[in-house]
Amino acid sequence: MLIYSQPLELTKFLAAIDNFLHSNFAPGWAIVVEGILVGAMILVMYALIALVMIYIERKIAAFFQARLGPNRVGKYGIFQSLADMIKILIKEVIHIKKADKFLFFVAPFFVIVSSVLAFGELPFGINLHALDFNIGVFYLLSVSSLGIIGILLAGWSSNNKYSMIGAMRSGAQFISYELSAGFALMTIVVLSGSMQFSEIIEGQRYCWNLFNGHLPALIAFIIYLISGHAETNRGPFDLPEAESELTAGYHTEYSGLQFGFFYLSEYLNMFIVAAVAATLFLGGWMPIQIKGWEAFNQVMWYIPSWVWFIGKAGILMFISLWVRWSFPRLRIDLLLNLEWKYLLPINLVNMLVMVMIVLSGFTLTDLFPALFGN
Amino acid sequence: MTESSFFLVVLLTGIILVVLGLGVALLISPKSLNFQKEEPYECGLPTHGTSWMQFRVGYYLYAILFLMFDVEIIFLYPWATVVRNLGITGFVSIVLFIVILSLGLAYAWKKGVLEWKSTTSE
Repeated sequence: MLIYSQPLELTKFLAAIDNFLHSNFAPGWAIVVEGILVGAMILVMYALIALVMIYIERKIAAFFQARLGPNRVGKYGIFQSLADMIKILIKEVIHIKKADKFLFFVAPFFVIVSSVLAFGELPFGINLHALDFNIGVFYLLSVSSLGIIGILLAGWSSNNKYSMIGAMRSGAQFISYELSAGFALMTIVVLSGSMQFSEIIEGQRYCWNLFNGHLPALIAFIIYLISGHAETNRGPFDLPEAESELTAGYHTEYSGLQFGFFYLSEYLNMFIVAAVAATLFLGGWMPIQIKGWEAFNQVMWYIPSWVWFIGKAGILMFISLWVRWSFPRLRIDLLLNLEWKYLLPINLVNMLVMVMIVLSGFTLTDLFPALFGN
Repeated sequence: MTESSFFLVVLLTGIILVVLGLGVALLISPKSLNFQKEEPYECGLPTHGTSWMQFRVGYYLYAILFLMFDVEIIFLYPWATVVRNLGITGFVSIVLFIVILSLGLAYAWKKGVLEWKSTTSE
């Protein structure tokens, strides 16, 4: 295989840092310093992505509704979310009297830690990931479902009826759609035969999983987008925080930065869903390549892998925003019916069809190895 | 070794993010004592009774159903990774497994667990 020139990749830069640390520190300390660097990087990326996404969402929502959106702070209002962050930092953190103090305090930890853990697993580019477990998909499912514990704790400990109703709705909704997400991702695990993100991406070098698995992969993709959307409590599925009936749902009693954490994790979860969908179905950071067209591939590789990743995830996030601002809110029984009576049975059958396709060698890579094979 | 240690790093990062943020907020935010501020906020009206009360059973039924299928997912993931090597035997046995579990869902469906009955009409 031809080695392409990748001028804008960060691999060399990272290797240089690693080299520098290992030559100047004792081996143990080098690892510690690297750990601190990774942690700091995750913190910065986490906050940055959330701020950028909040701004983009407000701006796009405004355009959907024929408004201007934020336009006072800075040119086109680009510093709006920064200003909001400062404002939220200097608000008083109120702990209400009748609440269960300990659980009330602990709830934001669960929400944030679960989304940071999932965030650490995302492959942003070549070698740009904090974690790359061989059970990556499974790890992602398990840590992202920790967040619901935080939401239930928040609703329960607030001692507020609206919070309680919001948390219960959120719990029912999350656990229901968790099943769909799990089965949709399992369809891809069947197709690529691995749970490790780096291997799944490598397997999509010439053919995205979305096309490789024909119709079942497409169905799984759509179901994953729907259930991911529902898991993040957004769009037509935002019953847990339906503001016209429940004030603000499970985070009604939270103020200041504690509310900010819920807000932050909501946007990050949306990013994580889009990023996972992009990684598993659309090839992740792998540039679009066509077997044999070396010049074309070289041009594609000039665009660095992290731009591909952010681009693919960005398109999916735009779809998510589009859905959110286009559809009216569902009722709770319709919401649960959609999952249990439609998505789950479809998903079970879909997964088995995918197994049949894989076993009988009807995937694109098996049918046309000269065109799509690795 | 590095994988699990970096998992710890990421876990600590999450905790530090919350602690650091709350610490900064507590340092720079103003504090004032006010009796009404510590009341639960329910659209401004004084709240009646406790909110830790019995809740409708429908939500818990969904949770039980979820448990059934979630354990199934945990069980199926290892199978999904190696299904190419298991061949037709693995496929048939898993089809049987899924059919048996789907019978549970069908039973619940037939029993009306998935119907959301209105409580106000009683």
